[in-house]
Amino acid sequence: MKARARKNAGIARGRRLFAGAEAKFVPQARLSGPMPWVIAIMVAMTAIALAAGLALGNTVTSATAEISGGVTVQVVEPREDVRQQEAARALDALKGESAIASMRLVPQEELDALVSPWLGGGVDVTAGIGVPVPALIDVRLKQAATPERIAAIRRALAPAAPSARVDAQAEWLKPVFDAIVSLQWLALVLVALLAMALSAAVLLAARSALGANRDTIEIVHLLGGTDAQIARVFQRSLGVDAAGGGLVGLLLAGIVIVVLGRRFAGLSAGLVSSGALVWSDWLLLVLVPLLATALAMITARLTVMHALRKML
Amino acid sequence: MTGKAESEIVHFDNVGLRYDHDREVLSDLSFTLFGGTFYFLTGASGAGKTSLLRLLYLAQRPSRGVVRMFGKDAITMPRSGLPALRRRIGVVFQDFRLVPHLSAFDNVALPLRVAGFSERDIAGPVGDILEWVGLADRKTAFPAALSGGEQQRIAIARAVIARPDMLVADEPTGNVDPDMGLKLIRLFELLNRQGTTIVVATHDMQLLRKVPSALIMRLDKGRLSDPTGALRYPPRTPA
Repeated sequence: MKARARKNAGIARGRRLFAGAEAKFVPQARLSGPMPWVIAIMVAMTAIALAAGLALGNTVTSATAEISGGVTVQVVEPREDVRQQEAARALDALKGESAIASMRLVPQEELDALVSPWLGGGVDVTAGIGVPVPALIDVRLKQAATPERIAAIRRALAPAAPSARVDAQAEWLKPVFDAIVSLQWLALVLVALLAMALSAAVLLAARSALGANRDTIEIVHLLGGTDAQIARVFQRSLGVDAAGGGLVGLLLAGIVIVVLGRRFAGLSAGLVSSGALVWSDWLLLVLVPLLATALAMITARLTVMHALRKML
Repeated sequence: MTGKAESEIVHFDNVGLRYDHDREVLSDLSFTLFGGTFYFLTGASGAGKTSLLRLLYLAQRPSRGVVRMFGKDAITMPRSGLPALRRRIGVVFQDFRLVPHLSAFDNVALPLRVAGFSERDIAGPVGDILEWVGLADRKTAFPAALSGGEQQRIAIARAVIARPDMLVADEPTGNVDPDMGLKLIRLFELLNRQGTTIVVATHDMQLLRKVPSALIMRLDKGRLSDPTGALRYPPRTPA
């Protein structure tokens, strides 16, 4: 009990220091109530949604940079010897293409490793065991793989390797990117909705505090208090609540983001791990409680000023 | 003439007040209050004394008529101009209206804090006035812990602490013993001698006799009568 009383006294002292003598106009405890906790939850959810949006953005950016110039050539020929010959001719044909920065024939061991999750480790096409896997040539272009550049590669390969198929890597990942971008938008909408919910919560808290303190406010008015003076009391009080709640919310969000980040990193999937947050993302997350505090203060001020205008 | 016009602080012209669509509680009020004058506002219960005081301390705008306060039109004035006028008016409410979460000291200090005085400038005057009303030892007490008479003295101390140009008091001696009542009236007289216009609403006829120089405004069913010539123009010169 004593510890709680000491804590409350400390909070009240902090508010008085922050708000000055005006804070005494209205009892501070009646202003806040559960408000700091509501703000903490809002800030935590906003920060998590924002972090998800930023991580998805990072995934798209890094994956796009990685595969934008990537082209896969598949030599789809069931006969092993013909496939090997076509693959070798395809490599020769591509050497003459100026748009290509680098290329490599994916070794058979890598191909075996790719299919082993489905076919097991005993695949040996040369021994007649298992299925024929296409020969793969991984090509890096100097610039993005546009339809024109892909068409040029197809033309170069047609006489040398008729069974070759050419695909831009970005092309088959496009649906995935589209889905990720949609999720990013969803995160952005969530952030906006949470900001609106926060404003609504502050508005209700300010109105309820105004109602509870109507008599005191009327007396302060009759003694010559201005609307701005009274609004400042509410604005500062809710500002302190928002700052405290925002800090707790950011801390909670930080823990969730770090834990989830580690879990995703543990998946060892290239696409997922490329979405890790960078320092500028963390800076944006730190801005969430600051913006929430500013939003709470502005909302409180506008609400109180609007309500006071109805009084003489 | 000029001098009187300069000291005119309140002017009502054909003022009427009705609440909602009810009948008028105040009708055809036309009078002028001058600076440094002591007025008693009398009348039976329900005559409209409190309503008239509410108009005087700008808690209410009339339904019709012209109200000029300190030379400014209080009807057409924007809301933002009212606080400056209100700071020139001290009010003793009939029900005291002390702020329950503030101590006696903080209640008395409220007008000074509203006016922006620093804490250093507040402590001295508030201590002095609390001593004067005999409540220096109760300065940390909250209104709920004070008796009716003590609350009334705190309300009066709050009304006069900022040395207003006009003091409006609604039954200010209703809850205090005769000695304290006399003491409070002497305080009002002292303030009046220093130039403050005093308007005291009361139905206590004994109180009227204690300030022989005061002018009397009488309200009867929302209309003013003028037994002492207070409302005549030019008004009777105070004795």
